[in-house]
Amino acid sequence: MAENTLILPKDSNDALALNVPMVEDKQYSTLNLGPVHPATHGIFQNILTMDGEKIVDSEQTVGYIHRAFEKIAERRPFYQITTLTDRLNYCSSPINNFGWHMTVEKLLGVKVPKRAEYIRVIMMELARISDHLICNSILGVDTGAYSGFLYVMQEREKIYEIYEEVCGARLTTNMGRIGGMERDLSPTAIAKIRDLVFNSFPKVWAEFETLFNRNKIFRDRIQNVGGISSARAMEYGFTGPNLRATGVDYDVRVIEPYSSYEDFDFEIPIGHKGDTFDRFMVRNGEVWESLKIIQQAIENLPEGPYYADDDQYYLPPKKEVYSSMEALIYHFKIVMGEIDAPVGEVYHAVEGGNGELGFYLISDGGRTPFRLHFRRPSFIYYQAYPEMCKGLTISDAVVIMSSLNVIAGELDA
Amino acid sequence: MINNESIVEEVVGQFGQKVFGFEEPFGLLTFTTNASDLVEVVGFLKNHAEFKFAFLTDLAGIHFPDNIGGELCSVCMLHSWENNIRVRIKVFVPISDPKVPTLTTLFASANWQERETFDFYGIEYTGHPNLKRILNMEDMDYFPMRKEYPLEDATREDKIDALFGR
Repeated sequence: MAENTLILPKDSNDALALNVPMVEDKQYSTLNLGPVHPATHGIFQNILTMDGEKIVDSEQTVGYIHRAFEKIAERRPFYQITTLTDRLNYCSSPINNFGWHMTVEKLLGVKVPKRAEYIRVIMMELARISDHLICNSILGVDTGAYSGFLYVMQEREKIYEIYEEVCGARLTTNMGRIGGMERDLSPTAIAKIRDLVFNSFPKVWAEFETLFNRNKIFRDRIQNVGGISSARAMEYGFTGPNLRATGVDYDVRVIEPYSSYEDFDFEIPIGHKGDTFDRFMVRNGEVWESLKIIQQAIENLPEGPYYADDDQYYLPPKKEVYSSMEALIYHFKIVMGEIDAPVGEVYHAVEGGNGELGFYLISDGGRTPFRLHFRRPSFIYYQAYPEMCKGLTISDAVVIMSSLNVIAGELDA
Repeated sequence: MINNESIVEEVVGQFGQKVFGFEEPFGLLTFTTNASDLVEVVGFLKNHAEFKFAFLTDLAGIHFPDNIGGELCSVCMLHSWENNIRVRIKVFVPISDPKVPTLTTLFASANWQERETFDFYGIEYTGHPNLKRILNMEDMDYFPMRKEYPLEDATREDKIDALFGR
């Protein structure tokens, strides 16, 4: 057995250097962080093996809120699966909704009009803002700074009001339809979005950044904590802000543009050490980029229809349902899920709040998917957590978990 | 320029008969290999000087009850970020002896994804460091995503499949 040397280079970039060897006859204490612990922000368990204050090993137990979405999806018509995707990453449901719609549209070969795509981009970027806003402000809470969280919460409320205006729901949005949006952006919604992205939000976010970015207490807690090298992050399947914090500029919006993302001018913020501070800063930067995208989209919102001209899959307007026979038939067929999809195997990825959210759909030509697999970024990168918190203290483990933004709904599916 | 054709050419040149079933659903190169050759094929693509399929995007199981002799399928999807091209590799194994070599030796992220696939389909990844259930409870004695387990209670009479086009 190797000698029990506790080398803890806190400024090391490579988490592997923090490997603390376990010694056979030494007594370690076991600590359960979770399943219900305020720091997990959800239900999952970390069984930590502690040597005094140092974490020498940890094991994760996940699956407490597993709801068998993939199995349920095999019995549901396509449009009913949208409500399942709401509950994956519930901090940014619209991204999941549209990701699913785009997957089905790819399978069906439906071309969505520009206006619908722009509306989707606006809603997805609002969702990304609300996702990052929660993650970063909760990181503040976990380090003892509650006021930032309460302060930005009112902005999230405004975003949820916009959701409400667009689709009627706040958290589990079920927004949009296969083939477009369920309704056009109302003047109220446009006014609210404009007010948010041009007036209130930039000021609030700038103030949030002044509160945190150069705050010595905050930075001492998060800088050089939980670093991971870019090579290791790739090995572990990191995507999204957590990967970009290590210095890799992989972003699905750029590498495989969907929903007209190629029309917008924005940058990909990256970090270089991959530590908690970099993750925090990358998310901060992405919020500004998302704002830029929404501003461009709302200024250049194209005129035209907001849904695809495809009566096989898109519900006809209510007025026609009440007056025309054909529309009534299609309405009935779509609602009952009686329309068969073509045979095919399709993978579509969107940039979710936490990274590449993929939908792997196999259709055997029936009304339901033959197989649907969600590529859930949280599930994949959370397995790096033992390596990232090895050799650190519990307070570090808490901020690492918080900055990874592990969402229990996405973890368990 | 790296495209699907050049990948097919290179892979067939290297492995010959060991890779087959090439198709391109929605432009994504998909092919099948034998369980015994999987690690070699994936390792070749990962370490290839030009392709650089260094990222394991997704790993999932599929159950095809009608495909006798290859009922269970383990599918992995690789992504080359430098060339922005994806490839999907399938392995079919019989349900009586579902053994697929693990990819954890190549990608650390395969660990939980293989555990998940084992959990739901019962595909045994040989060489996996910690192959146990991950999302379901540990004393579960069946693999719930297999097609023989219906989602709804089969004894219900208020839902007649024929009326719902099933």
